[in-house]
Amino acid sequence: MQLTGAEIVIRCLQEEKVEYVFGYPGGSVLFIYDELFKQDKFKHVLVRHEQAAVHAADAYSRSSNKIGVCMVTSGPGVTNAVTGIATAYMDSVPMVIISGQVPTAYIGQDAFQECDTVGITRPCVKHNFLVKDVRDLAVTIKKAFFIAKTGRPGPVLVDIPKDITNQKCDFEYPKTLVMRSYNPVTKGHGGQIKKAVQMLLDAKRPMIYSGGGVILSDAADRLVKLARALGYPVTNTLMGLGGYPATDKQSLGMLGMHGTYEANMAMQNCDVLIAVGARFDDRVIGNPTHFGSVARKIIHIDIDPSSISKRVKVDVPIVGNLPEVLDELQKQLEASSGVPDPKALASWWKQIDEWRGKKSLKYKQGKEVIMPQYVVEKLYEVTDGDAFVTSDVGQHQMWAAQYYKFDKPRRWINSGGLGTMGVGLPYAMGVRFANPKATVACVTGEASIQMNIQELSTAKQFRIPVKIINLNNRYLGMVRQWQQMFHGNRYAESYVDALPDFVKLAESYGHVGMRIERPADVEPALREAFTRHKNDLVFMDFLTDQTANVYPMVAAGKGLSEMILAEEL
Amino acid sequence: MRHIISILIENEAGALSRVSGLFSARAFNIESLTVAPTEDASLSRMTIVSTGSDDVIEQITKQLNKLIDVVKVVDLSEAAHIERELMLVKVRSAGKDREEMKRIADIFRGRIIDVTESTYVIELTGNGSKLDAFLEAIDRALILETVRTGVSGIGRGDRILKV
Repeated sequence: MQLTGAEIVIRCLQEEKVEYVFGYPGGSVLFIYDELFKQDKFKHVLVRHEQAAVHAADAYSRSSNKIGVCMVTSGPGVTNAVTGIATAYMDSVPMVIISGQVPTAYIGQDAFQECDTVGITRPCVKHNFLVKDVRDLAVTIKKAFFIAKTGRPGPVLVDIPKDITNQKCDFEYPKTLVMRSYNPVTKGHGGQIKKAVQMLLDAKRPMIYSGGGVILSDAADRLVKLARALGYPVTNTLMGLGGYPATDKQSLGMLGMHGTYEANMAMQNCDVLIAVGARFDDRVIGNPTHFGSVARKIIHIDIDPSSISKRVKVDVPIVGNLPEVLDELQKQLEASSGVPDPKALASWWKQIDEWRGKKSLKYKQGKEVIMPQYVVEKLYEVTDGDAFVTSDVGQHQMWAAQYYKFDKPRRWINSGGLGTMGVGLPYAMGVRFANPKATVACVTGEASIQMNIQELSTAKQFRIPVKIINLNNRYLGMVRQWQQMFHGNRYAESYVDALPDFVKLAESYGHVGMRIERPADVEPALREAFTRHKNDLVFMDFLTDQTANVYPMVAAGKGLSEMILAEEL
Repeated sequence: MRHIISILIENEAGALSRVSGLFSARAFNIESLTVAPTEDASLSRMTIVSTGSDDVIEQITKQLNKLIDVVKVVDLSEAAHIERELMLVKVRSAGKDREEMKRIADIFRGRIIDVTESTYVIELTGNGSKLDAFLEAIDRALILETVRTGVSGIGRGDRILKV
């Protein structure tokens, strides 16, 4: 059967069982939108800015493990999408982006709304394609979905010139794909796994360090099983929160720049470290030389060989898909006659409990001014710890990560790698599309939220009842914190002046707005928002302490055990 | 250390920019890069000369392997291999220099492939240091133009890079 390129795009998305396409139409995708109009197998979510389309598709994927799909037009449509694409790329989120391009004959002529999409996006996608022949369209889209989801996941972009969408050819969606240049490894090396098992059993001060890979590969249940069988302490990275339940007694909480004292100290002082789907990045291990100055054996499991031995030297590298590798590891562990050394383990836990005794996350909530940490703690209580929480980037992000104890994977949605302000609201929208009945909270700040505030309109159109928890301290809080600590209290351009009245702003979009100024009102307001206004979007503007800082803190370039604690100040 | 990395890559539009973009994005060093289709026109063979510590070279090969279009990557310098580079040199060859230039070209097994009344174009192949030595051997003032291809490399004996 002969179909036009536009029809083929729609048919391919249907074949891939896409539920939602997040996008924004424009000249070069008009034929595609025309075909989209004629079908009802998947829905289109019209955002108010292309960046939000990509973020929403990204969160849709993060919160469900389905592939997020977005569609944008050529030129500015693509350039607006770039921040979203780079955000997804840094956090290895599987996505497919369909972009329009000027007609093939116009490419390179500086045509209206032309840009070199493949060139601009190349460094921030897993792969991209420019389709130059309508006969290649179906197989290219098939490849895009395949590449996005397999191996280390990531965004894949398909750039389609307008004339291609209007040409016809026979359509058949390929059932299988052969790509001689792309065969990601899934099964771990048996010999290496055997070595890892022995190393784990020989450990005196073991540590499990679990990252975003555990979430992305749906390996959380395996990780829990392994950790419980061994009885070893576990720390999650910012991207790995929920991979191991935060309320479990073996959990040491998050590690890194704003990690707990016990997590960072255990990470630094362990003798055997097993890294599971984590990449030793600079916000996690601090100064790599300082980290490397302590002798310890490292086992590193990751699907991406280039993540292994990139920043730290590893003793036992295992390349493979986490669920398969962890299953094999568990099997070999159970088959082994060895057990962890109970005496060594007991004294290691005693040491860890001493570190825990520092209570590095404690803070004081007085009667007058709302502490931001308190809001997150109350949010945790009011939502029974079972909400999906998205965040923007800055202090509020760290407080959300520290004080909302995530017990399940895919509940914590944030931009960890790129650190993109403005993701929070579109993320909340994407989460809600993937989980239509879920309770969704967006923890944000008055600066971040304004970077995609226009999406309040999308949220109205699609009746998305997320709760925006705006921790409003009238500062770019994290910038101010660094300026206070490292730049002699010179608050260069970090005061956020001329803020809108967020209550009225929310109301003008047809939502509910609340302003909360006193500590005593925090919990009642949250309860009201999550019960009486269950089905409304509620913008909760919490006026919080202006000088609160995030602690503990490992300053940039410092060692992991060189923490600044709140009590020391 | 200097390494010669050989790559088989799908002969697609933009393949070269994916490789060169990777090197610049990750601050890897490229000394030379050559590329052309192989006997199988769907594949290109690329030779990259790079310098870096073992860790850096390991990252380079891993990152290259990660590119979707890359079929195979081999570090030729890990074992016995041959490397060659082609150079074309245009020299002034008038009067007394004419005989002398021919004689030096012969010593380096170069061939004169274009002749005018006052110039020669000399073709020379070899490894980089041989080409450098030739340029050192002739009077610098007589060099009008040089062009070098960069290194191409191949493994010795049974070392074969093929799909």
